[in-house]
Amino acid sequence: MILVIAETKSHQVKKSTWELIHQARTSGHETHALLMGPSVKLAEELASGGAQKVHCVEHPLLEHYTNEAYAQVTTTLIQLLKPEIVLATHSACAREFMPQVAARLDVGLASDCTQLQWSDQKVIAHRPMYAGKAIVEVEFLGKGPQLITVRANALGLQPIPKTQATIVKHTLSLGPFKTKMAPLESAQARPDVTEANIIISGGRSLKSAKNFQLLEALADVLGAAVGASRAAVDAGFRPHRDQVGQTGKVVAPSLYIACGISGAIQHLAGMRTSKVIVAINTDAEAPIFQLADYGIVGDLFTIVPLLTEAFKKLKT
Amino acid sequence: MHIYVCTRQVPSTETKIKLRSDASGIETAEIKWVLSPYDEFALEEAIALKEKNPGSSVSMLSVGPPRVMESLRTGLAMGADRGIFIEAPETADSHLIAQALARAIQKQPEYRFIFTGKEAIDEGSAQVGPLLATFLGIAYVTVVQSIQYEPLICKREIEAGAFELVETSSALLIACQKGLNTPRYASVPNIVKAKSKPIEMLKLADLGLSEADQKIRYRQFRLPPAKPAGKKIAGDPQTQVEQLVKLLHEEAKVI
Repeated sequence: MILVIAETKSHQVKKSTWELIHQARTSGHETHALLMGPSVKLAEELASGGAQKVHCVEHPLLEHYTNEAYAQVTTTLIQLLKPEIVLATHSACAREFMPQVAARLDVGLASDCTQLQWSDQKVIAHRPMYAGKAIVEVEFLGKGPQLITVRANALGLQPIPKTQATIVKHTLSLGPFKTKMAPLESAQARPDVTEANIIISGGRSLKSAKNFQLLEALADVLGAAVGASRAAVDAGFRPHRDQVGQTGKVVAPSLYIACGISGAIQHLAGMRTSKVIVAINTDAEAPIFQLADYGIVGDLFTIVPLLTEAFKKLKT
Repeated sequence: MHIYVCTRQVPSTETKIKLRSDASGIETAEIKWVLSPYDEFALEEAIALKEKNPGSSVSMLSVGPPRVMESLRTGLAMGADRGIFIEAPETADSHLIAQALARAIQKQPEYRFIFTGKEAIDEGSAQVGPLLATFLGIAYVTVVQSIQYEPLICKREIEAGAFELVETSSALLIACQKGLNTPRYASVPNIVKAKSKPIEMLKLADLGLSEADQKIRYRQFRLPPAKPAGKKIAGDPQTQVEQLVKLLHEEAKVI
């Protein structure tokens, strides 16, 4: 059995969670999902959308995410349900609490995997090293379960049959915990670069923070996230959370549009697994063009507004 | 107050990765090794905290082959007081590294703060910090962007500009994100002084550990598939854009 740690955002099951459910179903394993805290409201959606059993845990201490609470619930459910494999998205939360689960269970964790290969119901996880400059297979040593976190957008969605799964509510006593957490600022409407399906990214050639509005306008039309190169972040044009690259975030969207980014090794490492890459740059020799599926040698200040208009037209 | 900083030495971001012919790992001969960039924020935070709390000390730890001694000297030159080097094979996994760090720190008189980078940029697993804190039985918080010490409140990013505050009064491991501070450069006198600062040398066996304590192993190293040459779209800007939108819509089918 595979246990998928489900995540939700804005009253929806995250696409990255569906990727895990679809992958688990395709492997032939029985597929269970675990929902914690306020997101249990979405149990029905998972129960009909592909999970074969949905486990829900509600508790006042799960109102806001803390690694202690999430790790305790996940560890307890794994001990109870005894899955062979546990899949979670390599999200801001799971990347923090899954190592704690691994430590408590005394088992291995393969982090940020980008491919799962199945043979005889066994899984081989593949993951990038050196921010994608190399790829390796992960061999688990010793006893299971095998814990795996997977990069959002890496596996993709697959057609799977609908389900009418049982929803099981578990009552756990939690705590005491050492930390207390409170949400501070709510997320912006734009998706995070690590989970976005489309990213519009800009480099130092944008020349100012204000000029990123050009990219934001394009991003708004496409429902995309706005990313930036290290040079643009170091110049203060964008916050560090938008930085794509080896010292920023590693991303795998369906479409990555690089505007005025020359393509330093450390940037390419962070976005090379994007499915389709578009480069817009005045320098025809820029390294980014070696990775781009489609290249436009031209001035982003001319091209991007035209592109925004063209996509607007296409969308209507 | 004893403050600990756990660090990793990694290939610099400009490194071109070459693989060993048997796919067991990377060629290390021509690599320029540096302290993992996020560890610099951890070191700066620890040293600044020591300076504000007279009588405190900063110990810097690193696990790996003897080459990591070099990055310990870098940290000592920045202002750490002593190093702890734990010799381990190049291939040690996060679990083994975190166990080694936990056992080395448990030998120390006390610990209130442990700092690490939010991840090391070679493996990028972001596991060692949370594993280490769990082995020590202390709280941890990752991807920390700012810290207030009295009372202790950390601000961490969750996603797309959403932040959380973490409050705790217990011992804490903090995994540092860029933006937390501006790491200092080592001055020439401090680089000289660093040469005489003590580095304790430990082996895995001294901590009751061996390679058998690993939980995962990496094998079959390969380079990412080379991309076939892309299309350069010619014409005036209007034509280029129309062509691109058509290709994305009809050929790549991503829009």
